[in-house]
Amino acid sequence: MAAPLTLLLIVAVTIRAVLFRSSWAELISERVEVVSPLNAWKRVVEGLALLDLGVSPYSGDVFHETPFMIYLFHFVVDYAEIVFMVSPGLVFCLSRFLTSLYLFRKQKYALESDRYPADCLELLRSPKEMFYIPLKVAMFYLLNPFTILSCVAKSTCGLNNAIIALFILCTLKGSALLSGILLALATYQSIYPLTLFAPALLFFLQRLYIPVNLRRSSFWFFTLQYAFIYVGSLVVITGLSFFLLGSWDFIPSVYGFIFSVPDLTPNIGLFWYFFAEMFEHFRLFFICVFQINVFFYTIPLSIKLKEHPVFLIFMQIAIISIFKSYPTVGDVALYMAFLPAWSHLYRFLRNIFLVSCVLLACSALFPVLWHLWIYAGSANSNFYYAITLLFNFGQILLVSDYFYAYLRREHHLTHGLYLKKKDGTEATLVLK
Amino acid sequence: MGITAAAARDEFQEELVIRPLHSGDIYASFQFRTLWDTDFLQEGQKVSHYRLFPKSLGQVLSKFSVRELHISFTQGFWRTMQWGQPFIPSPPGAELWVWFHDTVSDVDGNWKELTNVLSGIFCASLNFIDLTNTVQPSASFKPLGLGNATDHRFLRYATLPREIVCTENLTPWKKLLPCGSKAGLAVLLKSEKLFHSSFHSQAVHIRPVCQHKNGLDFAKILDAPSFCIHLCINCYLHLFTEWSLFKMFSRTLTEACPLATSSKVYVDITDNPEGELFELSPATPLLSQAVVLGDRRTYSVFDLTRAETFGQLRSLNLLLRWKGDGGEMLRPLLHAERYVAGFGLQTGEIHTVIYNNHPYRAFPVLLMDSVPWYLQLYIHTLTVTSKSRDNKPSYIHYQPAKDRHRPHLLEMLIQLPPHSMTEVTVQFERALLKWTEYTPDPNHGFYVGSSVVSALVPSMVAMSTNFTQDQPLFSSFVPVKEESSYFVRVYTEPLLVNLPTPDFSMPYNVICLTCTVVAVGYGSFYNLLTRTFQVDEPSLPLAKRLANLIRRIRGVPLLT
Repeated sequence: MAAPLTLLLIVAVTIRAVLFRSSWAELISERVEVVSPLNAWKRVVEGLALLDLGVSPYSGDVFHETPFMIYLFHFVVDYAEIVFMVSPGLVFCLSRFLTSLYLFRKQKYALESDRYPADCLELLRSPKEMFYIPLKVAMFYLLNPFTILSCVAKSTCGLNNAIIALFILCTLKGSALLSGILLALATYQSIYPLTLFAPALLFFLQRLYIPVNLRRSSFWFFTLQYAFIYVGSLVVITGLSFFLLGSWDFIPSVYGFIFSVPDLTPNIGLFWYFFAEMFEHFRLFFICVFQINVFFYTIPLSIKLKEHPVFLIFMQIAIISIFKSYPTVGDVALYMAFLPAWSHLYRFLRNIFLVSCVLLACSALFPVLWHLWIYAGSANSNFYYAITLLFNFGQILLVSDYFYAYLRREHHLTHGLYLKKKDGTEATLVLK
Repeated sequence: MGITAAAARDEFQEELVIRPLHSGDIYASFQFRTLWDTDFLQEGQKVSHYRLFPKSLGQVLSKFSVRELHISFTQGFWRTMQWGQPFIPSPPGAELWVWFHDTVSDVDGNWKELTNVLSGIFCASLNFIDLTNTVQPSASFKPLGLGNATDHRFLRYATLPREIVCTENLTPWKKLLPCGSKAGLAVLLKSEKLFHSSFHSQAVHIRPVCQHKNGLDFAKILDAPSFCIHLCINCYLHLFTEWSLFKMFSRTLTEACPLATSSKVYVDITDNPEGELFELSPATPLLSQAVVLGDRRTYSVFDLTRAETFGQLRSLNLLLRWKGDGGEMLRPLLHAERYVAGFGLQTGEIHTVIYNNHPYRAFPVLLMDSVPWYLQLYIHTLTVTSKSRDNKPSYIHYQPAKDRHRPHLLEMLIQLPPHSMTEVTVQFERALLKWTEYTPDPNHGFYVGSSVVSALVPSMVAMSTNFTQDQPLFSSFVPVKEESSYFVRVYTEPLLVNLPTPDFSMPYNVICLTCTVVAVGYGSFYNLLTRTFQVDEPSLPLAKRLANLIRRIRGVPLLT
């Protein structure tokens, strides 16, 4: 197991190193699918240059990174490439942990208990199958073209992904303190990981055998503890950021920017063209609608998936990546890395072929239509917008397909795999 | 303060300078200056009696506590390399810069109202000047008049490169003159011929100056400044081998303005000492020499206040006939160009090229760039190279733009090596705007105002720092502080930049389609969250269901 993983690491690092040194690096770092106004490397360098000139980086509208990034890159700007290569490595560590500790344990427990009907044995995964999952997850992340592009472009999305991966790692390991601190850091970087508070909380409650019952005091006790760690570290980190430049300028520049979407640079998300063509009168209303859309799936999903917090984390990350205000392919790559962990759901997926074709075709068409619009002048913005719509539609189908498959497997685990109708013939299962 | 005392306190001078150029072209510069001993800001004494000074502008000055006001409207671009330095430069479009008094508490509010009032006075769309195209230069545009306080918080500069100048702007401008367009040199300002020129610029410059009356000491007059309003029209006409005032302006001069203390026409004959290049008639014995823009020039003077200038016909029609081909023109020592490099609608580069044509002297120049917010400048890509080597500016002041609030301001002090070309490049990215923020013709492009290059250029000829009353107006516009250099301001071309545009016919479609995709997501998740899996029992056909209903009533076993 160690040998294939090491080989994989070497291949991944080699690919990235080769691309860093080639002429493609500059081309990739300008692509709007890979970088956004929030995490472009060019803007980080611009912010540091402004700081050198004696002007606050937040006085203009070019720099939207948090002060933590200024702290970090002030010292390592010359070694930026190494930093960006280390971050996928962190995600890779997570993959090992995710499967080796959590999934193994859960499956062992399931096997040892006789909870499941006899014919469900084939639904459960054997340790042999699960042996290769860490390798697959690592492969899915490290060799994913989206991740490679994101890394070569030196987009800080890679660093954000690493923080989220570390947070998941600490959650699965059971350390509430570290998990709270890392979640606060992830929220501080971009607001959306706030929704990951619920799955992390559910995981700890499950681990500590505290039932999720609103009337129980033990539930509230732990919730308040975890919330205190989280909010406390968030306050501390924000306070430390204040002391970097001595002003609260970064709050409207970073968080105000994420929420109010003033910059309409095209990207792979749904926001830019919508707000470019928005009637001024309705702008505030639709901003609120779109931002609430990201957050409001948390409660219903948590209620439905309260026994399965790890899948809930995957769902939340996917929803954030699709509906956030400035998505990039790096965000897409993060939730795609989880897919091998649910490879046992393959038999219940309904649209996987269609979805993969759509995603592949859109990924190929993005640069083509961008070139036609911006450089050749023979297409217009509608072409690029159409592909954006299709790409997001494909992602939504993918995520809801996996959700369907997961729920269906759970249903079969409780009711048996081969279901029969009242008259003994084979039954079909529908959602009613 | 009796009326006689007030009458003695203001004076009006007018002059016309004609500079024939080698290619047969004419540079005509009209200058009208009114000097008035008054203080608009005096407490308790409102100025109400206006004689020569235009009342509309006087009221504007006192209402908005303006110390200096400079406004110009220009059609065309001044080609410095071919035509030489103009006496008073101006950028294409409209330009307005104002120094307010330091007693003003809300400079932005005053600025907004001032632009709207001026827009009404000059019939121009100066109301388009707002905070998104106003900057506060920190080093360029120092006061041209009296001024010891140079806190740049009281300075505002804005330019509208898209503004067009036409007859509608000329008419209110002419109304500011004491004689209107009825007498004096202003009769030549007829719009049909004037706007046929390659370059036309009309400007108003108001500033406080010291009164330099004979024998009076400088220091005593400092606390009682007088206001000087300087109106000038520059125009550049293409003409052929023979021109006359009548051909150029479709009028001749018949009298001087009765209210003017001096009314003169200067014709530049420096290149024609023996009369071999062109022949000027009527001949005049009056000659004058002046050092202007670092060059000693000789002028034939026609004094309109003297009756004999008009001759028998009582009208002055200057005639100039070219005899030989022109020689070399003096190359201007400072010259600048600007252009946009790059392709596509995503990024680009602004290149500003500054030429120093002095053979052996290096001098510093101050470059000021004001770029609109929708071109996002990346200051870390700023490079300054002279003679293919890096030339680091000694002073950089950069204020980044805030989207939809203020533009970029970049000011740099660059030392130009002698006889060299310096190139300043900076990269930018083009933003996608909201569909309502585009002009009605979005594919025309967006204008970026001219860069301003200001410098004290070393002069080949010693300049005189003494001010006398007899000095021609065109040589005393900018105060000369030292003998060896003169102040020059060069404006570069404005840029026309294309931005990516959304499809303007699609707002409803876009809203529908995007909301559909979001609704697909919502719908899928809603289904999966609220419904459960059940075994699909097929429903009975309608006939059997009705039969079951009847059977239930009868109490008989149901069909399946």
